[in-house]
Amino acid sequence: MLKSKTFVKKTRSGGVRKIVREHYLRDDIWCGSEVCQSCPQDSTVLQRNAYMESSLCSSPHYLIPDTNVVLHQIDILEDPLIRNVIILQTVLQEVRHRSAPVYKRIKDAIHNAEKHFYTFTNEHHRETYVEQEQGESAAELHDRTIRVAAQWYTEHLKKAQTAEDLKVILLTHDGKCKEKAEEIGLVSYNCEEYIKSLIANPELVDRLALKSEENNESDRGKILFPEHLPLSKIQAGIKSGRLLQGTFRANRDNYLEASVFVHRDGEEDVEVLIQGLRSLNRAVHQDVVAVELLPKSEWAAPSSVVLEDEGPKEDENEDEKENILKSVASEKMLKPTGRVVGIIKRNWRPYCGMLSKSHIKEATKHLFTPADRRIPRIRIETRQASALEGQRIIVAIDGWPKNSRYPNGHFVRNLGSAGDKGTETEVLLLEHDVPHQAFSQAVLGFLPKMPWSITEEDMKNREDLRHLHVCSVDPPGCTDIDDALHCKDLENGNLEVGVHIADVSHFIRPGNALDQESASRGTTVYLCERRIDMVPELLSSNLCSLRSNVERLAFSCIWEVNHNAEIVKTRFTKSVINSKASLTYAEAQMRIDDASMNDEITKSLRGLNRLAKILKKKRIENGALTLSSPEVRFHIDSETHDPIDMQTKELKDTNSMVEEFMLLANISVAQKIYEEFPEFALLRKHPAPPPSNYDILVKAAKSKSFELRTDSAKALADSLDAARAQGFPYFNTLLRILATRCMMQAVYFCSGMDSDFHHYGLASPIYTHFTSPIRRYADIIVHRLLAAAIGADSTYPDLMDKHKQAALSNNLNYRHKMAQYAQRASVAFHTQLFFKSRGILNEEGFILFVKKNAIVILIPKYGLEGRVFFENKDKNNPRLTFIEEIPALTVEHHTFHLFDKVKVTISLDSSNIQHQKIRMSLVEPVIPGVSVSPQSAQDCEPEAKKTKLDC
Amino acid sequence: NMAGLELLSDQGYRLDGRKPSELRKVQARMGVFAQGDGSAYIEQGNTKALAVVYGPHEVRGSRGKALHDRAVINCQFSMATFSTAERKRRPHGDRKSSEVSQHLKQTFEAAILTQLYPRSQIDIYVKILQSDGGNYSASVNAATLAVIDAGIPLRDYVCACSAGFVEDTPLADLCHAEEAGGGTVLSLALLPQGGQIALLQMDARLHQDHLDTLMEAAMTACRSLSTVLDRVVREHLQEVTTLTAE
Repeated sequence: MLKSKTFVKKTRSGGVRKIVREHYLRDDIWCGSEVCQSCPQDSTVLQRNAYMESSLCSSPHYLIPDTNVVLHQIDILEDPLIRNVIILQTVLQEVRHRSAPVYKRIKDAIHNAEKHFYTFTNEHHRETYVEQEQGESAAELHDRTIRVAAQWYTEHLKKAQTAEDLKVILLTHDGKCKEKAEEIGLVSYNCEEYIKSLIANPELVDRLALKSEENNESDRGKILFPEHLPLSKIQAGIKSGRLLQGTFRANRDNYLEASVFVHRDGEEDVEVLIQGLRSLNRAVHQDVVAVELLPKSEWAAPSSVVLEDEGPKEDENEDEKENILKSVASEKMLKPTGRVVGIIKRNWRPYCGMLSKSHIKEATKHLFTPADRRIPRIRIETRQASALEGQRIIVAIDGWPKNSRYPNGHFVRNLGSAGDKGTETEVLLLEHDVPHQAFSQAVLGFLPKMPWSITEEDMKNREDLRHLHVCSVDPPGCTDIDDALHCKDLENGNLEVGVHIADVSHFIRPGNALDQESASRGTTVYLCERRIDMVPELLSSNLCSLRSNVERLAFSCIWEVNHNAEIVKTRFTKSVINSKASLTYAEAQMRIDDASMNDEITKSLRGLNRLAKILKKKRIENGALTLSSPEVRFHIDSETHDPIDMQTKELKDTNSMVEEFMLLANISVAQKIYEEFPEFALLRKHPAPPPSNYDILVKAAKSKSFELRTDSAKALADSLDAARAQGFPYFNTLLRILATRCMMQAVYFCSGMDSDFHHYGLASPIYTHFTSPIRRYADIIVHRLLAAAIGADSTYPDLMDKHKQAALSNNLNYRHKMAQYAQRASVAFHTQLFFKSRGILNEEGFILFVKKNAIVILIPKYGLEGRVFFENKDKNNPRLTFIEEIPALTVEHHTFHLFDKVKVTISLDSSNIQHQKIRMSLVEPVIPGVSVSPQSAQDCEPEAKKTKLDC
Repeated sequence: NMAGLELLSDQGYRLDGRKPSELRKVQARMGVFAQGDGSAYIEQGNTKALAVVYGPHEVRGSRGKALHDRAVINCQFSMATFSTAERKRRPHGDRKSSEVSQHLKQTFEAAILTQLYPRSQIDIYVKILQSDGGNYSASVNAATLAVIDAGIPLRDYVCACSAGFVEDTPLADLCHAEEAGGGTVLSLALLPQGGQIALLQMDARLHQDHLDTLMEAAMTACRSLSTVLDRVVREHLQEVTTLTAE
């Protein structure tokens, strides 16, 4: 079985410690090639026909990249064209030490069966093990190890004697290594040289990282930036307190300004201001950097100027621009100012954006403008510039030499033409880090086989509730129905109410690829016209969806309640249900209202509706907040898929009916799982906002002489209710919209890691998510906990590990936040499309905020928010007086207050194709020189319905 | 470096090149020490242990310790000052060593036919000369050979082995890096023929679902060890008989 020799490998770490490890050499590690007859291997990875048309090597060949090639040219290696690559264990280990993201990517490539990447465990192979020689450095040993393995492969494959004359090519960046490889008879090429030699695939060249530039940087161009300090000096500097470590955040509006957030244990976080190109010193947004504080005499105030990097033409006047930054500022406004002296960790990722083509026709170097304005422009080399013009592309940064104004990068991928709906959706998904690729085969492999039916096995630990008159109520067009309800009279006069939730955890078993993928996605993301599922469609829209007249597995929460909606008894059970109807909110409402209908479903709905009203009243008495945020929905043209109408989402009684029972189920489940697993319950909390958050709200209410009390949720809810202005019905909604902006984010957490469980918005001491397992991963975990609590399923290790659960909660919180941002971005994009098709519109709106030089206006009809600026770069500016205390802004002779009614024109400003925006200009009140005349008159009716905060 | 050690590669190799179920190389000799009644030396990879057995002899020290129906087993475990990467201050008598001594005592009380020697005492001294994980297991294996060398009747070989868990794969016979870097470590001493467990010890938490697989891995390892020990004993006997025959 094992024929081993024992070798001893000695390494020194930390200077004094001698670590002795065993190192076994084996003779059962195979080459993984299809052509080999000498290795008794079960399966092979490397193909017989490894043919790539190259001008350097005419016969089929395998590639062996060295560590630097993997680290820097991972984009090339990931390309589907590159196949049959041997990744040495030595290389893989070193990559793992040097860069976690690249390690993950190369591993993904290895796991992809179509890539034919083979990992050769060379250091444990008897014939490829290399011992360190006297005086040989670690790097030299590393290179030699790679050469020895490459040599072994060359000889090994020669023995196979195939007709094709299979070769092995060593790819390396290192000239010396290449020389030595050629000395021992290996075929070795530079990565660039090889890629350029591929006759059939010239486009691959663009994906090459520009590595060679750094080597000869000294002889070209003037030095623009100070040298970065080496890591050892940075560490010493931080230790002595001379340097500070922090995260670099570029300013969105001003490319010459940034701030570094310095976090020190036990001290308050400091924000250090960085101004000017040389001080920014090649740091990119999100990098971890070391900064040196400037003497107090050189401290500055953040400038409020908007500066956009206009391109490469003006190298000269940069200094001039930097002077603009040094605005005259009072002593108080001065902030700690510093300069970046070194980079501790780069946090570069591939960026979306567009190419700004060079003006020289034959040029191959072009600038790339990222969509995110905090990222500098990137210089890339491509021969397909004309093809890429007007396209959204992805570019990765390779490096930023000190003589280059912009970082160097390379082209990664083309997403499609800008402005195109598909492309823009792709861009916003990428920019918000939403995983949206199709589910892999490994994941789909864990789906149940079709045709699926409920088996005897499934019925174990499961109650048969098929006889109940269960129905579901959802928005129109909903295909992932995860909840259904029933209500019936009991003999003792009480009512039985059941909430039935899709039993997703029955299909997604802990730990398998399907589970891991869903956990990583965290949530389904709903964009305006696309849904990015958390679980494959077979589950989300079919097997788990509680559609009518089919048997479905469910997790039921059943209460016995009296007619005052007080809970007498609660029980949980896994069940089988057969929904009798899938209704929309409107249909359900019609049934309730229609006195002539008296079937079981309708009766059940009426009972539920009555109970829901009592529950809601109780909840509000307890201090739950009803807040408001305008939500919009688009009517999409069925053929062109362009939005043809926009309206704020309407809410009916039945919406709140379903919601009330979902809240009740969530609270009941939260209590149960916390009682059973006090350390491991996955709960959701909503922290109370700090009092200062309410300042703007209190001021706003005061402007209409209402007093808002914010000391508790109940006080706030009551005083919000009282604030109703005569003849201004929309005032209350506006206040609630403002209140929404004051709130904190609700988050998931593990009960063993936190002590504060309170849900502020719902005024509940404990809360969790149980009711939407199809679209939220948290609910799946809660289902598993509940199943374990009632003995319907067993626990598994990760469920009972609070650290793993805390890590999971962090990911879920992140994904939820990003999903929300992506959703908003999608609404914004569709709003733009809508207004693009409509031309210019006149609408009525209300002032939501008053700023120093602008007012923010909300158009209730579209739930649209926009700014009217009173300052303009080119024109003469009107006289502005801003009083912060009220707040109020006087423009010439007119004073704007919060909630004033105004009339504006709305149009689409597409001067910058990457950042199209809605432009609003004032029509009424008429201020000469500021307001514009209405374009085309259209009737406008302000109308909006309340919507609920997503708790 | 920023990433810790990868205990099990995707290709299924451990840090030192072993597959998950493979043991380290075992080398053992019996009768290495003339002073005692029995002695043995074992190397399991880089863990090296020396065991010496005295007895059975009459109970030393206070007579009150003696048992009327069986022998008293006295075990002392210690580690050489030079056995670990950092020099040890106290070679024996610390909490950890006392605990291992106690475990050894329990193990051999289960294995030795103590009822054959009432009112007497058997001393087992084990010293770890070099430590690279699995100290307890190496001690048990060395002591088994020493007890056999002393001619004290055993129910069966007692073989011990450790096992741990990395990403749902059980690893047998852990080395020091694996013990330090991974999760739960389980030590198991087995009487292989009857399949009785003489001792099972685990400090950290482990989910119940994993216990069976982990125990199975440790028991399989113990069985393979017992064949190795058996061979050592037979070779030793061969050697001794040829010597005495001359």
